[in-house]
Amino acid sequence: MSVIEASGLTKTYGELNAVDGISFEVAPGESFGLLGPNGAGKSTTMRMIGGTSLRTSGSLTVLGLDPELNGPEVRAHLGVIPQQDNLDTELKVRENLILYGRYFGLSHAFLKRKADELLEFAQLTEKADEKVDNLSGGMKRRLTIARGLVNEPKILLLDEPTTGLDPQARHILWDRLFRLKEEGVTLIVTTHFMDEAEQLCDRLIVMDHGKIVAEGSPASLIKEYATREVLEMRFGSERNASVVSQLEGIGARIEVLPDRVLLYTPDGEGALERVAHVGLRPVTSLVRRSSLEDVFLRLTGRSLID
Amino acid sequence: MKGLAAVYSGNVQAVIERGFRVIGNQNWAIILSGFFEPVFYLLSMGLGLGGLVGVVTGPGGQPITYAAYIAPALLATSAMNGAIYDSTWNVFFKMRFARLYQAMLSTSLGPLDVAAGEIFMALFRGLLYAIGFLGVMGIMGLTTSWWSLAMVPVALLIAMGFASLGMAVTSYFTTFQQMDLINVALLPMFLFSATLFPIEVYPVAVQWFVMAMPLWHGVELMRALSAGIFTDATAVHLSYFVVMTVSGVAFTTRRLRALFLR
Amino acid sequence: MTSQSAFLDSNRLVYSGAAPSPSEQARRARRWGWLIYAECRLRRMKAYFGTILVVALLYPVLYLAAMGIGLGSLVNSGVGGIDGVPYLVFVGAGLLVSTIVTESTNEFTFSIMAGFKWEKTFYATQASPISPAQMVIGEVVGVFVRLFAQAIPFWVALLVFGAAPSGWSWLIVPIAAVAGISFGAPLMAYSATVEDEGYQFAFVQRFIVMPMFLFAGTFYPLAQMPPYLQWVGWISPMWHGTQLGRIVSYGMENPLWLTVVHVLALVIPIVVGVALSVRVFTARLMK
Repeated sequence: MSVIEASGLTKTYGELNAVDGISFEVAPGESFGLLGPNGAGKSTTMRMIGGTSLRTSGSLTVLGLDPELNGPEVRAHLGVIPQQDNLDTELKVRENLILYGRYFGLSHAFLKRKADELLEFAQLTEKADEKVDNLSGGMKRRLTIARGLVNEPKILLLDEPTTGLDPQARHILWDRLFRLKEEGVTLIVTTHFMDEAEQLCDRLIVMDHGKIVAEGSPASLIKEYATREVLEMRFGSERNASVVSQLEGIGARIEVLPDRVLLYTPDGEGALERVAHVGLRPVTSLVRRSSLEDVFLRLTGRSLID
Repeated sequence: MKGLAAVYSGNVQAVIERGFRVIGNQNWAIILSGFFEPVFYLLSMGLGLGGLVGVVTGPGGQPITYAAYIAPALLATSAMNGAIYDSTWNVFFKMRFARLYQAMLSTSLGPLDVAAGEIFMALFRGLLYAIGFLGVMGIMGLTTSWWSLAMVPVALLIAMGFASLGMAVTSYFTTFQQMDLINVALLPMFLFSATLFPIEVYPVAVQWFVMAMPLWHGVELMRALSAGIFTDATAVHLSYFVVMTVSGVAFTTRRLRALFLR
Repeated sequence: MTSQSAFLDSNRLVYSGAAPSPSEQARRARRWGWLIYAECRLRRMKAYFGTILVVALLYPVLYLAAMGIGLGSLVNSGVGGIDGVPYLVFVGAGLLVSTIVTESTNEFTFSIMAGFKWEKTFYATQASPISPAQMVIGEVVGVFVRLFAQAIPFWVALLVFGAAPSGWSWLIVPIAAVAGISFGAPLMAYSATVEDEGYQFAFVQRFIVMPMFLFAGTFYPLAQMPPYLQWVGWISPMWHGTQLGRIVSYGMENPLWLTVVHVLALVIPIVVGVALSVRVFTARLMK
């Protein structure tokens, strides 16, 4: 049985179709990603799952319950980690966990122990009596995640969990989330970071303008919509467009971006040699593995981060 | 403290220019609203309560209406409140939340340019309010001497004294909760500095305490100007504010690095 | 950075299995959410409890000494007291009620907007089983408790200053707290609609709270004002609260119908304000 089932899910704000008739299912213990640029409708979808945004049409169930009719019951199963930290700055670190737990009707006796455990989990034990304002960005994020775990939920909704964090803090966080996944927790993650989606998600949907444009595992999407490798070349902003005709036939596909040319090919080094062969000398060149970024570019003709 | 060159680049006008640009962008109703507070007080207390109080003893022992008694005091209080607000809350907010000074100080501006520019803007607003309030007093017939025109520059002197002191004090504060203490200090000063009633109703010890506070001198100074009746004490009140301003500016200049470069 | 081994057992920390089932959590929240929220609201006040305490203890003494005694000396020598009592007694009840109503303003303006905009605590709460309506009720109950508690030292100060001769004067404590909510509940509905930086609250302070304090019968009877200004009192919870406060603090004579009007004028805005707030909160949080 699916944990979450959405069918024809739609949310409109006036003229704007923020979410436009999407359907998906999430299996228990699955790590499910929503990938797309800002404004694609990911956060709105997340909020509808928690019953904190009313859908315009379509159906949606979480553990068989309608979040609009059974909001409290649904949310008691969920741990929600919003895009922007909304910690209570008038409370200290430990108090943030305890009072949030109170919202789930949890007892002080339970929460006292729970808070200590979560602080340990989030590596914030030494900061327990600090003010929230004195935490670094990474620490705040970890506290927000710890707070989302206070009711021991089996489903976590993570909205852009690592946006704004430095690389080291991101890796710590991913490690934390990976451990939760091992525990059998269902993760629902929105992100516009490719590497994040590739690290965390078993399966994902790619969203653009409120619609699903592709669905599958990161590997299968890359396989379906891109080649194994990409050759990135810069010829100088004046010449990028004009060299395309000379590159014709070297790779499987060519994308011209304002600042560089992407050449999709199973063999990047080989392609680079052939480029030199036709007499072109890129200012810089780089061979890399294809990523979900390339999938998105292929599907929408646009780059994910604008 | 390092030399003046370390904190001052001689470019105050850039800060002032920004200040006027902000006023231009601001909702004019907000700026105007600051003018109403002392006027409401004057109408409520002066007219409403004045009907019950009747006539009181004014400068030089002559009887005056209650409204004429409190009006100069309200002008002094308003100068104090405006200057304190601008030099404490405003500075604190811009520093901690808007991070405005952080941006300013990453240019060639020095802390003194910023401080002087901010004080100038505070005085400019104070000037507008003082002129407005004096106009209201004139319309209500509460001024009896041409000397009352001098209340405008004196309001600026009072504001300058409080603003320079306020900025220095702000340099010691780190949280909003501490900022609340400022209000706690201002309220009793307003209530007891002979603003709404003469201090003679209190024991001598309390009177001496009140007379040590700056607002009392401001109130007495304004009251003398509104009636055009001066005594030796008037010179004392004036000197009090000159000394307060000079030492306030010196103090603030010393604290500039602590205030802005933290 | 902590070494890898330090969090080997992290899963056990997160899932103790001791938490009540989700359905039990939801049941408790549905039933007691409003009370839980009120409790949390009060705990959050700890951050500025120092200020609350200073205001609660210092302001009564300052106001009574200045207005009651200082200003009172002028009034008493002018007209010999008001309504047959010394000015201190007359103004004491007004100062208590107006101070409490003013404090209520602080709790229902910036703190509401911050919950939606700056700190987004309402959105955080909303991700729990607590409903927007429960948040509204909880806000009201939490602030009511605070105002009630704050009115007690002021009432004690009235007693010490001899400004509350009637045996029923303790009733001014709940009256002031109700008056605070009567002004605060509709204000909360408004604050919840504010989308920008909240400069509107400066207007509320300067054009509603301040005139209410000055013109709504705190310092002198409403009749002292010209008739065309007396409506300011009639629409002010501060005035209705102050009048009820005077009835209980020194036995001010008041026709029964007017007393009933005062009570209704305090209760109706609470009901309307809460209903409106629930609508605004729900609409904004569910957007």
